[in-house]
Amino acid sequence: MPLDKYTPRTVKLGPNGERLMTSAMIASIAGPDQRTAPAPFGHALTKLAATNPKIIGMTADLSKYTDLHVFAKAYPERFFQMGMAEQVLMGSAAGMAREGFTVFATTYAVFASRRAYDFICMAIAEEMLDVKIVCALPGLTTGYGPSHQATEDLAIFRGLPNMTIIDPCDALEIEQATAAIAAHKGPVYMRLLRGNVPLVLDEYGYTFELGKAKMLRDGPDALLISTGLMTMRALEAAKELEKDRVKVGVLHVPTIKPFDEATILREANRTGRPVITLENHTIVGGLGEAVAGALMRSDTRPTRFRQIALPDQFLDAGALPTLHDRYGISTSEVVRRVKAWLG
Amino acid sequence: MTSASGVPHLPNLTLADRAYNIRRHALRMGEVQGQGYIAQALGAADLLAVSYFHALAYRPHEPEWEGRDRFCLSIGHYAIALYAALIEAGILPENEIDTYGGDDSRMPMSGMAAYTPGMEITGGSLGQGLTVALGMAMGLRHKNSSAWVFNLMSDGELDEGSTWEAAMAASSHKLGNLICLVDVNNMQADGPSTQISNFEPLGPKWEAFGWHTQRVNGNDIKALIAAFDAAKALDEPRPRVIICDTKMGKGVDFLEARERNHFMRVESDEWAKAIAVLDAGRAV
Repeated sequence: MPLDKYTPRTVKLGPNGERLMTSAMIASIAGPDQRTAPAPFGHALTKLAATNPKIIGMTADLSKYTDLHVFAKAYPERFFQMGMAEQVLMGSAAGMAREGFTVFATTYAVFASRRAYDFICMAIAEEMLDVKIVCALPGLTTGYGPSHQATEDLAIFRGLPNMTIIDPCDALEIEQATAAIAAHKGPVYMRLLRGNVPLVLDEYGYTFELGKAKMLRDGPDALLISTGLMTMRALEAAKELEKDRVKVGVLHVPTIKPFDEATILREANRTGRPVITLENHTIVGGLGEAVAGALMRSDTRPTRFRQIALPDQFLDAGALPTLHDRYGISTSEVVRRVKAWLG
Repeated sequence: MTSASGVPHLPNLTLADRAYNIRRHALRMGEVQGQGYIAQALGAADLLAVSYFHALAYRPHEPEWEGRDRFCLSIGHYAIALYAALIEAGILPENEIDTYGGDDSRMPMSGMAAYTPGMEITGGSLGQGLTVALGMAMGLRHKNSSAWVFNLMSDGELDEGSTWEAAMAASSHKLGNLICLVDVNNMQADGPSTQISNFEPLGPKWEAFGWHTQRVNGNDIKALIAAFDAAKALDEPRPRVIICDTKMGKGVDFLEARERNHFMRVESDEWAKAIAVLDAGRAV
C-alpha cells in the first residue's frame, strides 16, 4: 500500500545515491550486464510467417509495445490493427481463426486477462480456435501500478478450459515457444518479455518443449521450481547460494497448462528435499498453488514447501528494482529467503 | 429439386410460406419444452425467411461449404428461431424437433457452434457476435472470397460497448462484405429497450459510425427483400446494417396482445392453440 496521499514526500535516492526512475513501459527488464536479444517474439513470428501463409498478426494499438511491429513491417497485408479495443481484438481474432488462419493477437496482459476475458472464453477457448494471445507486461514488469501490472493473469487463465498457458523465461525460450505455439492446434496464452530480452537459457543447453518442465541444474539442498523470468532469478540465486555451499536444483516450468505434473512429482520425490516455487505472479492461483495441488493429490510430501510470489495486494508504483526487492522477487531477496527457510 | 446453391425449391413456396413454416417449427419446439423465446422467434421469422430463402447462398447437405454466406447468431437465446429456419432450409432434420432442449440434443436452448450444423458461432454472451462476424469478414476478404457475413443481433445488444467497438472497426476496415441485422422489438430482460438504455436515434448512430444504414418494418417481407437487395447491391466499401423493427409474437394474435415480456409465459395448453391460430391465419 502506498503512504497516505496527504503525507508530504522528499526525494528518495537509490543505494548509490542515484535518482530512482520508474522504468518506461517500453524498457527492457534486462540487468546492465545481461546478454540480450532484440524483439525475439517479433523476429520469430516474422520468420515463421515466411513459410506459413496462414499466420496473421492482430493487435489493439500495442504493436510496438508487443514487438509485433517487426511482423507488421515485414507483412503489412497480414497485419490487422483493431484499435484500442481488446474485446474486438479477441472477437475478430476468433472470426479470423474460424476462417482458417492462425492468429497471433497481442496486447498487454492486464487487458487480455481482465477486459477481454469473456471474449477469450466464449469466442476463442470454448471453440478451441487457433488464436495465440501474446501479452506484454506480465506480473510485476512495470512500475506504472495496478492498471498495467498483470499480477493475476495466470490465475485467471488457469481456470479456463482448453487454454494452453506459457510463461517463458528469456529470449531463447520466446523464440522457440513462438514456433511451438504456432504449430499447436488450439488457443494459447503466452506471457511476453519484449524489447531487449535477456538471454540466459542457451548456457544450459535448453530446448523448449510445449508441456514439458526441465531441470536446468541439480542440487540436494532444495528444489526451486520456477516459471517465467523467475527462472532467471532462480538460476542467479542458485549461483549465489553455491558460494555459501548451498546447492539447489532448478526445475523450469514454462508451460503452466497443461501442467507437467509427472516431472514435478518425479523431482520432488527424488530426494525429499524442500520445495520452493518462484513466480512473477500473485501467490493466489499460479505456479505455487499448482505445484502444491499436484503434490497433495499424489501424497508427495517434501520436507518443506514455500512460495516466492507476489503478495495478494494491489502493488505499488515506482522503480522496478525497488519493487522487485519490496515484493521479494529480486535475486538478492530470493537468496535471502531461501537461506532463511533452509536455516 | 435444388437450385445451383443446393437450396431446395419446394413447389411454389413463397417467402410468406417459409415464414409461416418457420413460425410453426418454432411453436412446435416451444411446445416440446413448454418454454423458449417464442415471442422473439415469431417476431424474427420474416427476416429469417428472407435471409435463408432470398439472400443467403448455402448448401443444405454441406453446411460447411467454403463458398457459403456466413450467418452469425449473436443472440444465442434466439436459437429456437434459427433452428426453425435451419429446419426449413433442410440443414437440420424436421424429425428432430422433439429433441429441442433435451439431453444430447443438437438444438440446445442457447445456440452454440459445436452443437448444431449451420450454427456458425456460439452466441449468448451478448455483444460478441458482431466482433466475431467482423473477424470472419476480414478473413474472407483476405482469402479473396466473395461470401457475405451476416450477423443477427438484438436491440438489447446495443447496450454493449463491444457492439460499437466492432461497428467502428468494421467501418475502419471498410468491410463491404458484412451485413448486420438488428432486430428491434424494444424488449430486453428488464423491460422496454429504449427505457433500459435509450439507443434512439438508432439509424443516425450507425450512419455516424460509417455504415450504410436502412431501417424497415421487419415483418414486411417486401420491405425486407428490398433492403437485403439494396445492401448487397451497394457498390461501396463499407459495412451495411438493416435495422428491423419487429413485433414480438407476430402471427399469433393472443401472443401479440399479451403483456410484453422478455421471456413470454405461455401456458401448457396454449401451444396447440397458438399453432391453431397460426394455421387459421394462414388459411385466410
